Amino acid sequence: MSAQGGPAEERGPAASQSELLARFAVSPARRRRDRTARGLITAGTVIALIPLVLVVYYLLSKGLGSWSWNFFSTDPTGNTFFKTSSIGGIESAILGTIEIVALASAIAIPIGIGVAVWLVEYGRRSWFANLVRFFVDVLTGVPSIVFGLFIYIVLIVGTGSSYAGYKGSLALSLLMLPVVIRSAEVILLLIPGALRESALALGAPRWRVIFSIVLPTALPGMVTGVLLAIARAAGETAPLLFTAAATNKTNFNLGQFMNSLPVQIYKDVTSPTTAVVNRAWGAALTLVAMILVLNLIARLVSRRSRLA
Amino acid sequence: MSTDGISSQTANVQDAHVEPESHIERERERIAPQTPEESVQPTAEQGTVQAPAKKTVESKQGLSVKLEGLRAFYGDAEQVKGIDLDFNANEVTAIIGPSGCGKSTMVRCINRMHEEIPGAHAEGRVMLDAMNVYDPSVDVVAVRRAIGMVFQKPNPFPTMSVFDNVAAGLRLSAGRGAQSKTDLRAKVEAALRGAGLWDEVADRLQEPGAGLSGGQQQRLCIARSLAVEPEVILMDEPCSALDPIATLKIEELIDELKQRVTIVIVTHNMQQAARVADRTAFMLSGELVEVGPTQQIFTNPNDSRTEEYVTGKFG
Repeated sequence: MSAQGGPAEERGPAASQSELLARFAVSPARRRRDRTARGLITAGTVIALIPLVLVVYYLLSKGLGSWSWNFFSTDPTGNTFFKTSSIGGIESAILGTIEIVALASAIAIPIGIGVAVWLVEYGRRSWFANLVRFFVDVLTGVPSIVFGLFIYIVLIVGTGSSYAGYKGSLALSLLMLPVVIRSAEVILLLIPGALRESALALGAPRWRVIFSIVLPTALPGMVTGVLLAIARAAGETAPLLFTAAATNKTNFNLGQFMNSLPVQIYKDVTSPTTAVVNRAWGAALTLVAMILVLNLIARLVSRRSRLA
Repeated sequence: MSTDGISSQTANVQDAHVEPESHIERERERIAPQTPEESVQPTAEQGTVQAPAKKTVESKQGLSVKLEGLRAFYGDAEQVKGIDLDFNANEVTAIIGPSGCGKSTMVRCINRMHEEIPGAHAEGRVMLDAMNVYDPSVDVVAVRRAIGMVFQKPNPFPTMSVFDNVAAGLRLSAGRGAQSKTDLRAKVEAALRGAGLWDEVADRLQEPGAGLSGGQQQRLCIARSLAVEPEVILMDEPCSALDPIATLKIEELIDELKQRVTIVIVTHNMQQAARVADRTAFMLSGELVEVGPTQQIFTNPNDSRTEEYVTGKFG
C-alpha cells in the first residue's frame, strides 16, 4: 500500500485502511438479522424433515423384520387367526401391483404426453386448449376413490360383470392422466422456442420436430413427472378396492381378481393378529423400496439417453 | 479451400447456359409439394452438365429473392409496412436499422418463419427466383429447405452430437428416406468444411454440439443449414452473441459462402455491414428507406435519415 502511495497522492488524499474498513464493515444489526433469517430457514427445513425421517425409520424398524425369502416368494394363505408362520407372504400383491400399474402406465403415459404435446405445440391458447386445461385441473383434484367408483359403476355394475385387474388399471390410469399431462406440459413449455424454430427453419415438418427435437430434449424432465404419477398410482388403495378387489393367489391374467400391495396393506393392518400387522409393515416397506428402485432406474436411463 | 473455389466457379459457368424459363421450371418443380424429390433431382442436372457433377454443397448456386409489397403483422399491429426489395443471387445484402424497425420480421417472412408465431401473418409476395413462396400450392417445408436460416443465438440441438446436429436437417427433412451412411457422412463433412469448422471438430464429431465454443456453435449452425443445400441463407444478427475473433471468422465465411448461396444478413453492427455486404438496405419503422451498393449507403446516401443513422446521429 505505502509503496504505491506516490501515484495515489497525486489523485487526491488517499483514504487510510482503517477508514475504508469502517466504511465497508458489516453492521452488527445486519449481522443479527442475517443470523436470525438463516436460523429460521434451517429450522423450517429440519421440521419438514422430521416426519420424513420418522416414516422411513418406522418402515425400516417394523417392516424389515418381516422381510425374508418366504415373505417375497409365497402368496398369502388367508389364514390370519393363528400366530403362526403359516400366514404366507406377499408375492401375489407385489406381482399384482406391478401388473396393474404397468397396464395403467401403458394407458396413461402415451395419452398424457400426447395431450401435453397437443396443448403446447398445437392447441396453445385456443379456447379448446384452455377448456382441456381446465378439465385436467379439475381431474387433478378429484379424490382417488371417485375414479374407483366411476369404474365400478360403469364397468362392474354397468356391465354386470365382476372385478378384474384391468378395471383397476383403468381406474389408476384416470388418476395418473392429469398428473402426466400437467407435468409434461410444464416441461414442454420450458423447451426454448428457438430450438423448434431452428429445426423448422431446416425444413423439418412439425411432427418430426416434435419427435426428433422437442421430445428428446424434454425427456429427462418428463421422466420425473411420469415417475410422480406412477408412484402416486402404485400407492393408491381406494381405486382398487372395488375394481381389482383382492385375492390371495398370484395371477397373471388381468381379467381376473388381482391382489395389490396397497389393498394387502389395508386388509392386513386391520387384523388382530400381530404377525399379519407385521406383514403390512413389510409390504409397505416393499412398496416404498419398489418405487425407489424404479426412480433410480428411470434416472439412469434418462441420463444415458442424454449426451453426457 | 482453393479447390472449392474452382469447382464452384465451374458450376457457375455451367449454370449460365441454362435458359431462364427452364431455370424457373425446375425451381417450381423442386418446390411443388406433390413432386417426389428423387425424380426431380436428375432433371435439375439435365441439359446443364454432360456428366452430372457430384451433388455436393459446392455444386449449388444461389437464387435471387424479391419482396413485392411485403407486409407483416403481429395480430393487428403492422410491423413491416409494404416493402419492395431485391436480393440479388450470390450477393450479400445487409439489412440495417434501429431496434424494432422490422428487420428480423421482414427476414423471417422470406422463409415463412414469421407465420410460426401465434397470431402473426404476412401479406404481399416473396419471389424466390420466379416463384412466390406464399403461393397456396407451395409446401412451406420445401421453402425452408431452399431458404436456410441462422439465428442470433447459436442454438445447436442439445441432445445431439456435432455430427448429428449437421445431419439433423437431412434426417428431419420430409420425403427423404433412409440415407446411406457413407452418403450422410460425406454430406456432413462437406457442410462442416463449408462452414470452416471441419478441421476443428473432425476428431470430436461424436461429442455434444453444445460443448463447442460460442463461435464454433454458430458455425455448427451454419453447417447445419448448409447441409440441406439451400439456395438462400438468412442470417439474423449471427454475430451479436460472439466475440470479435469468432465474428471475424463468420464474416470470412460469409464471403466464401456467397459463391454458392444468396445471403441476407440482419446486423446492428454497421462496420460488419460495410465489411461483408455487397448491398445494404436501411429500414426505419417498418419501411425501407433506402437500398444501394454498400459503399454508397455508407458514404453518399440519398436519404438524409440514412445519413443520420450511418453517421451515428440516432438509433
